[in-house]
Amino acid sequence: MNILVFIKQVPDTNEVRIDPKTGTLIREGVPSIINPDDKNAIEEALRIKEEVGAKVTVVTMGPPQAEKALREALAMGVDEAVLLTDRAFAGADTWATSLVLAKAAEKLGYDLIFAGRQAIDGDTAQVGPEIAEHLNLPQVTYVEKVEVLDGEVRVRRALEDGYETLRVKLPCLLTCIKELNNPRYMNIYDIFTCYSKEIKVMGLSDLGLQKEEVGLIGSPTKVKKSFTKGPKAQGEKFDLPPHEAANIITEKLKGMHLI
Amino acid sequence: MKKGVWVIAEQRDGNLQKVSLELLGKAREIADKLDGEVVAVLLGYEVDKLTDTLIHHGADRVILIDNIHLKHYTTDAYTKAICELANERKPEIIFIGATYIGRDLGPRVAARLKTGLTADCTGLDVDDETKNLLMTRPAFGGNIMATIECPNHRPQMSTVRPGVFSVPCADYERRGEVERFNVDIKEEDIKVKIEEIVKSMKEKIDITEADIIVAGGRGVGNKEGFTLLKELADTLGGIVAGSRAAVDSGWIEKDRQVGQTGKTVRPKLYIACGISGAIQHLAGMQESEYIVAINKDSDAPIMAVADLAIVGDLYKVVPELIKEIKAYRQSCEVM
Amino acid sequence: MDFSLTREQQLAKEMFEKFVENEVRPIASEIDETERFPIETVKKMGKLGMMGIPFEREVGGAGGDFITYIMAVEELAKACATTSVILSAHTSLCCWPIYTFGTDEQKAKYLPKLLKGEYLGAFALTEPNAGTDAASQQTTARLEGDYYILNGSKVFITNGGYADVFIVFAMTDRSKGTKGISAFIVEKGFEGFSIGKIEEKMGIRASSTAELIFKDCKVPKENLLGKEGMGFKIAMATLDGGRIGIAAQALGIAEGALNEAIKYMKERKQFGKPIATFQGLQFYIAEMATKVEAARNLVYKAAWKKQTGQNYSMDASMAKLYASETAMEVTTKAVQIFGGYGYTKDYPVERMMRDAKITEIYEGTSEVQKMVISANILK
Repeated sequence: MNILVFIKQVPDTNEVRIDPKTGTLIREGVPSIINPDDKNAIEEALRIKEEVGAKVTVVTMGPPQAEKALREALAMGVDEAVLLTDRAFAGADTWATSLVLAKAAEKLGYDLIFAGRQAIDGDTAQVGPEIAEHLNLPQVTYVEKVEVLDGEVRVRRALEDGYETLRVKLPCLLTCIKELNNPRYMNIYDIFTCYSKEIKVMGLSDLGLQKEEVGLIGSPTKVKKSFTKGPKAQGEKFDLPPHEAANIITEKLKGMHLI
Repeated sequence: MKKGVWVIAEQRDGNLQKVSLELLGKAREIADKLDGEVVAVLLGYEVDKLTDTLIHHGADRVILIDNIHLKHYTTDAYTKAICELANERKPEIIFIGATYIGRDLGPRVAARLKTGLTADCTGLDVDDETKNLLMTRPAFGGNIMATIECPNHRPQMSTVRPGVFSVPCADYERRGEVERFNVDIKEEDIKVKIEEIVKSMKEKIDITEADIIVAGGRGVGNKEGFTLLKELADTLGGIVAGSRAAVDSGWIEKDRQVGQTGKTVRPKLYIACGISGAIQHLAGMQESEYIVAINKDSDAPIMAVADLAIVGDLYKVVPELIKEIKAYRQSCEVM
Repeated sequence: MDFSLTREQQLAKEMFEKFVENEVRPIASEIDETERFPIETVKKMGKLGMMGIPFEREVGGAGGDFITYIMAVEELAKACATTSVILSAHTSLCCWPIYTFGTDEQKAKYLPKLLKGEYLGAFALTEPNAGTDAASQQTTARLEGDYYILNGSKVFITNGGYADVFIVFAMTDRSKGTKGISAFIVEKGFEGFSIGKIEEKMGIRASSTAELIFKDCKVPKENLLGKEGMGFKIAMATLDGGRIGIAAQALGIAEGALNEAIKYMKERKQFGKPIATFQGLQFYIAEMATKVEAARNLVYKAAWKKQTGQNYSMDASMAKLYASETAMEVTTKAVQIFGGYGYTKDYPVERMMRDAKITEIYEGTSEVQKMVISANILK
């Protein structure tokens, strides 16, 4: 079985801090990691490989330093890694990104595609389903359990208040959430062989795409501006009768969309 | 033809999801700025009884796609239906609620319509000059806000999380059009077989995952006091936790302890009731996004760390707070 | 001079950090309190290849290098000195002598399971009357047909209560003095071998420190490690390498305590200011950090020398001597910085201070290290 896993290298946004004085993002020293949901995707592919046998290939679109994420995946035990990199890919929104990844999937071939549900920097959860649309594949998102059957998979899909059990024929695309499994660590065996494996590199022409279809130019959505919420305000203290105090709290909560 | 501002109204088992009504309110605002028409697109099987509610909450027109294959959500059937309709009617804008279903459907529809989608918008507005939709959303784990445009592709699409906008007040006198749209959906179109749908409560409570925490300390005084805190937590959709003092006194379980020897939490909202704020406790919660402290002692260490420090008796303030929140919720009820 | 880690070592370090954060740190306090040997952690480490890091794949190892193994010991010790010494004793004191002195049959029989963490290893030299005076072995071994019969007892054996394979030293020919000591590979289930008392200790409390009892214990003659009379040489060579492991453990303990102190100083306020603004405490931190950095350099220089096939005996002793004294100093200072809270079990520094003490004692006391160092210099 041929399994593709799409991953993204992201800054560890759990470590990103806002400078309390200026209100701007502190990016230095923030490590780059494999997007957490993508680790669940890698783990599931490896689990299936151990159970029924498969070749697991990890694919990422990114700048050259995304190679590190691929090496980490190899160090977890995946068989092959592919880097899709080209200046033209930069600035892509989810449409342009999914197009590149889908073209790569066509070139590489697959029986089953895994992706993480969403990336912790973009937070859109759009790329997985958009890849499925480009490839005309059935999709299941929010997958929290996978069972491989003959020519199809049985999956459990999470809902807010429960779940659905679905059966889908292969090939199909599944997006993974953290409840799916516990991603394994890199292991010493694979850490010491991962750098001797060759990473396949593919660019614009290898994928048969035009400059206008990808990157910033090929993106239907554009960022008009970005901003931080501003420095954290000083704390406020109030000594008031209970009713008024409750009122102040409620107004604050309303303002923060918490109620 | 008037510019269509569409809301894909989500229903499950014949129940309209609240987020669809929240979106109708916003769609109304946007449509008014564009001199457009608010259209609710409702998919399902035998769900025509829901059309009135959609009109009462702001839809000028409801397009009903009623088909047995739409009874339960499937990506394939819903995407096919919406895209056929959209390709025919060419809406200017489509809003979808960012529920587990909406986040599955939105990108599939956007990709099929070859347009852009902006997810989890917290702000929606219209640019004065270009009349393009301005979609504002958080990124980088919420550390940054970005305003996005989709200048050259139509429809412009956004998803919005439940609770971000408020449900508009219902106008029961309001009238609108209801039209049926037929889509030919065959069983072979649906590539996913539903074996079962199970409703279940999430099992274990992990306080480190909660968005809203109401925590009690020594000032609560007894176990019964935590029932009051639980009521506040339930009202807010959050969970109860406690300081070491509360756990040691047996008022709350150890797995809900916040602090150096308990757990570290970083919720969106942390309400500390009767907690003094010793350094071991602060170590476990000081990174919360917004801290409210209620304490009789104005100089308790926690009051200096809180974003909102209320000097008062928690047994007087918390019941008032619960009352106020419930009253606010009731002021615009959903059918 | 290039002090940087290789790419593989960098990935390994990242893995160790995550492993320690998720699997080791959360239980460190509990296992210290209950003296519970963390066998589940050993199994997890085995799956990741951590129990056989510096040995090549061909013999069943993980195919890493010695420096990476030392990094593992250091990272573990930052959170839990017990887990760190479990790994160190297993790898340096049991796996290494079998790898270095074993026959092909012995290596094939024991290494694959040991290096995968399916077997746990231990080293049994110390006796009630033979500590620093290690040559005073009273455990005897006499050859009878196909077996060596061992009689005697060992004490303070790390991993003792849970190990499957032990390197046991015994006197085969008392007339030859140190040249009459031999080494044996003893398995847990051998007839006549039993575990005695498990020590209750000041620190590394979850480490299983056991008394071993040999009463006409039958050890197959093919389990003689090396030749008869080679035992003392094997023991000393083994301890040379083991010293680097203990030095790394001590280094990790010191770093862990230093990190805790720095974090606390920034949060704790007295006189309206974080105590990190008080110059007296700032000076402590400067001193502690400098000593830790010096220890780190000694540890990794020794590890590098061993890895590159150079003579490392004196470097290992210097590293062990200095790192263990640094660990004791830094942990004590850390408790001081925490003040009263540091003395309670709410914070981990009191455990780190209790853990640090043993590093000045086992695998050769500081006094023994000074003997080794001066002998190397004045020879």
